[in-house]
Amino acid sequence: MTDQLSTPSTPRPAGGPAAEAPLLEIKSLKKYFPVQKGFLRKVVGNVKAVDDVSFVIENGETLGLVGESGCGKTTTGRCILRAIAPTSGEIWFDDPKMGRVNVRELEPEQLVSVRRNMRMIFQDPYASLNPRMTLLDIVGAPLRALDLAHGKALEERVAEMLRLVGLRPEYMRRYPHAFSGGQRQRIGLARALAPNPKFLICDEPVSALDVSVQAQILNLLQELQEQMGLTYLFVAHDLSVVAHISDRVAVMYVGKMVEKASTYELFTAPRHPYTEALMSAIPRPDPTPREKRILLTGEVANPANPPSGCYFHPRCRYVQDICRVEEPSFDEITPGHFVKCHRAEELTLSGVATLA
Amino acid sequence: MSSEDNVLAEIRDLRTHFHLAEGVVRAVDGVNLTIRAGRTLGIVGESGCGKSVTALSMMQLVPSPGVIEAGEILYYGTLPDAARNGHDGPINIARLKSDSREMRALRGNQISMVFQEPMTALLPVRTVGSQIMEAVTLHQKASKVEARERAIDILARVGLPNPERIADTYPFQLSGGMRQRAVIAMALSCDPNLLIADEPTTALDVTTEAQILELMRTLQHDFGMAIMYITHNLGVIAEMADEVAVMYLGKVVEECSVNETFRNPLHPYTQALLRSIPQLDDVLARAGKKERLQTIKGMVPDPYSVLPGCTFHPRCPQFIPGVCDEIVPEVIEVEPGHIARCHLYGPHASAGRINKDTPL
Repeated sequence: MTDQLSTPSTPRPAGGPAAEAPLLEIKSLKKYFPVQKGFLRKVVGNVKAVDDVSFVIENGETLGLVGESGCGKTTTGRCILRAIAPTSGEIWFDDPKMGRVNVRELEPEQLVSVRRNMRMIFQDPYASLNPRMTLLDIVGAPLRALDLAHGKALEERVAEMLRLVGLRPEYMRRYPHAFSGGQRQRIGLARALAPNPKFLICDEPVSALDVSVQAQILNLLQELQEQMGLTYLFVAHDLSVVAHISDRVAVMYVGKMVEKASTYELFTAPRHPYTEALMSAIPRPDPTPREKRILLTGEVANPANPPSGCYFHPRCRYVQDICRVEEPSFDEITPGHFVKCHRAEELTLSGVATLA
Repeated sequence: MSSEDNVLAEIRDLRTHFHLAEGVVRAVDGVNLTIRAGRTLGIVGESGCGKSVTALSMMQLVPSPGVIEAGEILYYGTLPDAARNGHDGPINIARLKSDSREMRALRGNQISMVFQEPMTALLPVRTVGSQIMEAVTLHQKASKVEARERAIDILARVGLPNPERIADTYPFQLSGGMRQRAVIAMALSCDPNLLIADEPTTALDVTTEAQILELMRTLQHDFGMAIMYITHNLGVIAEMADEVAVMYLGKVVEECSVNETFRNPLHPYTQALLRSIPQLDDVLARAGKKERLQTIKGMVPDPYSVLPGCTFHPRCPQFIPGVCDEIVPEVIEVEPGHIARCHLYGPHASAGRINKDTPL
C-alpha cells in the first residue's frame, strides 16, 4: 500500500486543489443484470437497472436521488463506489491525493485508496452493523483496513468519531444490540466518516427511523456537512425529506434519469409528467382538502422488458404518438433543468405550490 | 366529535402487557378509544407506542406472552344468532377467548384487518382467489361457486384488472401494490363493519400509496365500514382520518378531530411531532436556504422502564418540575371533543407556565 495513507489526516480546508472541477462526474453509467434461462444458463436478456445515467455533483452540495423502488437509485449509488461493477460508463472522481480518476478503471489497490474518500451509509441500521463486533471494531474497521491508524491512535480516532456523531466515547466497548435504531444509524455514520472522506452516499439513511429520530439524524447530517465540507448523494423515496436536505434533485424512472433540477424548481415547476405525478402523490400533513390527485394508472414498467419509446408512456396523461415510438433525449430546457420528455417545452405541469 | 351516536366499538382502559423474563412490557397501558360507524379513526405514534398491540387486542390476536390484563373492548355490532351464545347487547371482546365461537364469528367477518406487509399476509402456496374464498365460505355459508363469484367481484371492486385471472394467480406473481389490493379485497370479502388497517401503505411507493389511499376512501364510501387506521405517517393521517388519537408509550395522549390535530395540537408531544417532520411548504418557502428541523430531545425510553408521572416528561419542552415527574396526568377535555393527557391543561398548570406554543 502506498504511504499516502499512513497517517490520519486532519480535516482538509474547504476547497482544496481543483475546486472548480466537480467532485463527481458520472457519464452514461449503465448496469445490466443478465437474465439467464435453462440448464446452460444462457443469457436471454438484461434487466437494465441503470441505463445511461449521467450527472455531476459539485463539491459540498447534496444531490437528492428519488424514484420508486426498482428504479435503479440504489444500484446507481453502488456502482459509483464500485461495490458492484458497472456494465459501462465513466465515473470521474476528484480524489484529493490522486486527482481526477475514473473509478471504473482503477486497479484494486487504487480503488481501496479512493474508497477512503467515498463512503456509504445504509438504510437498515440493524442489518448494517455486525452484532458480534464492538463499536471500537466497527468504527475502527475502515481505519484498520486502510492502514490509517492502530492501537492507541485508533482508539482516539474512534472516540473522536463517536463524539462527533453525538455518542459517548465510553460506549466504545459495547455491542450494537445495546443501541436504538437512531443510535445505530449514528454508529454507521461514525464508521463512514472515520477515514475523513469527502463524499458520502446516503442510501435511505432515515427511512427505517421514527419521525422524532429522523429529524435528529437529518440535522446531524447537515451539521457534519458544514463542519467537514462533505458532499452527499442522498438516495431516498420520501420526497419531503429529500426536499429538506437536497440542493438539487434528480428523478429516476425504470433505470433512466427523467428530470434533474434545483430542489425549488423541481418541486414547484416540474417539467416531466412523472415528476408531476410524484409531487401530487406526496401525503401532506395538512387536512385541508386539496385538488384532485393525479393517480397513475398501471404498474411500473418491467426493466427486463421495458415499453417502446418513452418508458413512461403507458402511464402518462399527456401521451402522444411520438412517445410510443421514439425515446426522448435528456435535454437542458432552462439552465440547470434537464428533462427527458418530448413535450417538455409545451406542457404546463403542476408542482407542489400550485397544489396547495 | 358528535355525541354518543353511532358508536361501533369502544375501548375502555385497555391494558395489554407482555410478561418477559426481563420484566413486564406495558405495551398498552390504559387506552380509551371510540370508533364510530362509517368514520375513520387515525392512530399515530412512533414504534413501540402500542398502536399495533391495541389493534391486535381488538382482534384477540395478541401474541404470547402478551395478555389483556384489564379493560373492556365493547363491540356494538350484532352477531349472527348461531354465534351469539346467549349474548345480548354489546360484546366485550377483551373477555372472549381467542378461539371462542363468538370471536371466530367476529374476526375476519365483522372486524377484519389489513397488515403492513402484503406478502406476509398472503399464503404463498395458494392462489389469491382461494384465499378469499376461504373467508367467504367460512363466514357467509356460501357454496364454492358462489364464493368464487364473490371473490372475483371483490377483486374487481378493489380495482384489479382482469379479476378472473388474478383470482388464479399466486401472490408472488403480483406486484406490491396489487398484493395490497388483494389483501384489502380479502379483508372486505365478508363486508365488515370495522376494518383495522395497520400501516397498510408503509411498504409501498408513494404513487402506489396514493392509489391505495384513494381506494380505501372509495371503498369506505361504498361499504360504509368504520376504519381504524394505524400509521406513523402524519401526512397519511391528515388525508385519511376523521378523528385522530396520538399515542405515546401505551397511552393515548391526545384525541380530537383531524383539523384540531394539525391546527391546534395541545399535547407537547403532538406539537413536537408535527414540528419534527420536514414540511414541504416551509422547505419551498425558504427557496434553497437550508434550515435545521426541530427535534424531540432524547429517545423513547426502553420498554421495561416505568416512569413516574407523565411518561413524556423526560423529553418534554414544557416540563413542570415537581408535577410532571410525580403525578400521572388525567385525561382532560380541554375543549369540547378535544382531549389531552397533560398537566398543562389541568389544575396543576399554575405550578408552571402555560405556554401553548404558536400553532403550526
